[in-house]
Amino acid sequence: MCLAVPVQVVAVEGDEAEVDAGGVRRRVSITLTPEVKVGQYVLLHTGYAINIIDEAEAKETLKLLEDMLRLDEASR
Amino acid sequence: MKFVDEYRDTGLGRKLVERINRISTKPATMMEFCGGHTVAIMRHGIRQLFPSHIKLLSGPGCPVCVTAHHDLDQAIALVQTPGTIVTTFGDMMKVPGSESSLQQARADGADIRIVYSPHDSLEIARNNPRKLVVFLAVGFETTTPGVAATILEAERTKIENFCIKSLLKVCPPVIRALLNLGEVKLDGLICPGHVSAVIGSRPWEFIPEKYHIACAVTGFEPLDILLSIDRLVEQIEKGEPKVETTYTRGVRPEGNLRAQKLMEHVFEPCPAQWRGLGTVPASGLKPRAEYSSFDADIRIPVKVKAAVEPKGCLCGEILRGIKTPPDCGLFSIRCTPENPVGPCMVSSEGACAAYYQYGR
Amino acid sequence: MGKTIVLSHGSGGKMSHDLVAKGIVPFISNGLLDRLDDSAVFELTGRLAFTTDSYVVSPIFFPGGDIGRLAVCGTVNDLAVVGAVPKHLSLALIIEEGLSLDDLKKVMRSVREAADEAGVLVVTGDTKVVNHGGADKLFVTTSGIGVIPDGVDISGSNARPGDKVILSGTIGDHGITIISQREGLRFDVPVISDCAPLNRLVAAMLKASPHIHAMRDPTRGGLATTLNEIASQSNVGIRLVEETIPVREAVRAACELLGFDPLYVANEGKLVAIVRAEEADQVLTAMKNDRYGKDAAIIGDVISDHPGKVTMTTRLGTTRIVDMLTGELLPRIC
Repeated sequence: MCLAVPVQVVAVEGDEAEVDAGGVRRRVSITLTPEVKVGQYVLLHTGYAINIIDEAEAKETLKLLEDMLRLDEASR
Repeated sequence: MKFVDEYRDTGLGRKLVERINRISTKPATMMEFCGGHTVAIMRHGIRQLFPSHIKLLSGPGCPVCVTAHHDLDQAIALVQTPGTIVTTFGDMMKVPGSESSLQQARADGADIRIVYSPHDSLEIARNNPRKLVVFLAVGFETTTPGVAATILEAERTKIENFCIKSLLKVCPPVIRALLNLGEVKLDGLICPGHVSAVIGSRPWEFIPEKYHIACAVTGFEPLDILLSIDRLVEQIEKGEPKVETTYTRGVRPEGNLRAQKLMEHVFEPCPAQWRGLGTVPASGLKPRAEYSSFDADIRIPVKVKAAVEPKGCLCGEILRGIKTPPDCGLFSIRCTPENPVGPCMVSSEGACAAYYQYGR
Repeated sequence: MGKTIVLSHGSGGKMSHDLVAKGIVPFISNGLLDRLDDSAVFELTGRLAFTTDSYVVSPIFFPGGDIGRLAVCGTVNDLAVVGAVPKHLSLALIIEEGLSLDDLKKVMRSVREAADEAGVLVVTGDTKVVNHGGADKLFVTTSGIGVIPDGVDISGSNARPGDKVILSGTIGDHGITIISQREGLRFDVPVISDCAPLNRLVAAMLKASPHIHAMRDPTRGGLATTLNEIASQSNVGIRLVEETIPVREAVRAACELLGFDPLYVANEGKLVAIVRAEEADQVLTAMKNDRYGKDAAIIGDVISDHPGKVTMTTRLGTTRIVDMLTGELLPRIC
């Protein structure tokens, strides 16, 4: 179950946050991710932030992918 | 959009496809178990990128599609009960029950409102104190914590005219049941990324351990899917099945513990009916006894006639991955998105709807 | 008269005259309308185009416009896309009792502004008032008449393989604006409806190429549905290129959040034109010089493959089918 979209937290107020995605804003619940900070990204699903996005891992995934492809290229 | 656009990079995508096609020598049949993956794969034409020995099958991963007729009939009966307002996600509106659908019931005068969040039901309840608001809770573990949080907030703010009709389901037991059926020989599983964001990647470990099937916990952008196919093909080539997470930006091995705690606090497992699979023990969720006032089954139980399954509909086999939409005699002839016979065509994430929309 | 419209205002008697005289005619007054005969009488020569449309949008006021502007632009555009110069409109109102007079006046002012911008006159009309629940605040029907210049022959059945498909600007703006206003789906979207009269844009396009084959405005059902209609009518295939289709970032984001595909979201100030390949560039230039065509782009080709169907080449180089919209566009979570 699947439609969860990365959105950025721009303000936090108690168990709610104001989030932004491409300029679109909404007030959502951070009951499931109360530790989130302004500036961080969360996965938004049906009005609830279900997880905080790990930006380091996001970069790492792309880097690993690029490295793997480069190594692949070199070994051919 | 950040964390979306970077994963649509076509240069990297094309290189990945070349690599996959180069390293793949053995037949690789992979099933994706998530309606979101069904749609993403069809929308980006991913099957077209690979030769025939790399097969991508669709499994029972759309919670709308797997809703049994009986459950839908009950939802429609609820809607027809005077004094109720039913709130629902848009996905459920067109699903056909034995005789009707929510859309039809609304046209006949029932008060049904589409909501984006289960939480929106609470405002409707506050604004309509003399009516009972029933939220049709459909979804997997991605959605359940939000529903649990909504119930807890209703309790905290003393909203008494609110309850849920739980059609919530849990994934791992159903994967197990599907694999036990042994109908399709699977080499790999594309595991649902957002369910895993909540439950973590550890719950899938039984799959390579017991069934020797490769697993990749996957996101929903083209690069995510291609990267997972790459990892699965490599595991299959080496004969070393394990659980690999390519969606590490969204999934931790332990998942979101707080969300899991909330789910466990409010809900308990119960048997659930899955279209095409019958009743699977402990694969559904219902509110615990202390939250029974929020359970529509207890608060306004409804009686329905025995469900009628439509003749010739292959949704069951399609959901189990042993048939594809074109195999069904009704597909695109009698069963179309405007006049769906089975739920696989109704839900925009159903295998049949995706096939009809994107890939005929 | 009072602040609210009541049933008696629709009965045809003195109160009706009052409503029309104070709440409607002053705002859209012109020589033809002011006669207030049962029919408007005028002369028009040439090949005529005639169209009608009903408007039931809710809410009736939205960012970027209202039902009045919509009703004028929609009908003006239906005339413009067959190559007609729009001349006169009729305006029929079905008012739900309880609508405030102020709201009605606001709508009438919008009708005037839109009509002035398009250079058309509202020459005749009708007003009815219905019970609570009989209409959602206000329903509007406009019919329009225009004159088609000699030599212009635009029809959905004229598309030919080899033609280029040109879109006048970003898609999805109107639909997302409306949906974001609805109860239960409230998102703060920095987008406004693109509702606009396109007849001057079309005039500029026809000046650049009088041989435009087909044109349509992709309203309900979105770009996908409109292109399917043309493909069907002309019995040709249409192949789009995903990355050339202009979509505002906020519209894309809203679509991601709600589970919509921008190709199916309504537009009220856009058109799609099927143009001979050798004239495509000059038409595009003419469009970009008009205020409503600044983001115009060539988005695909007409081909002889898969007649009646529309496909799209994705960013990955694969092909997907772009079908018509079936049923309602519903937000999804799955």
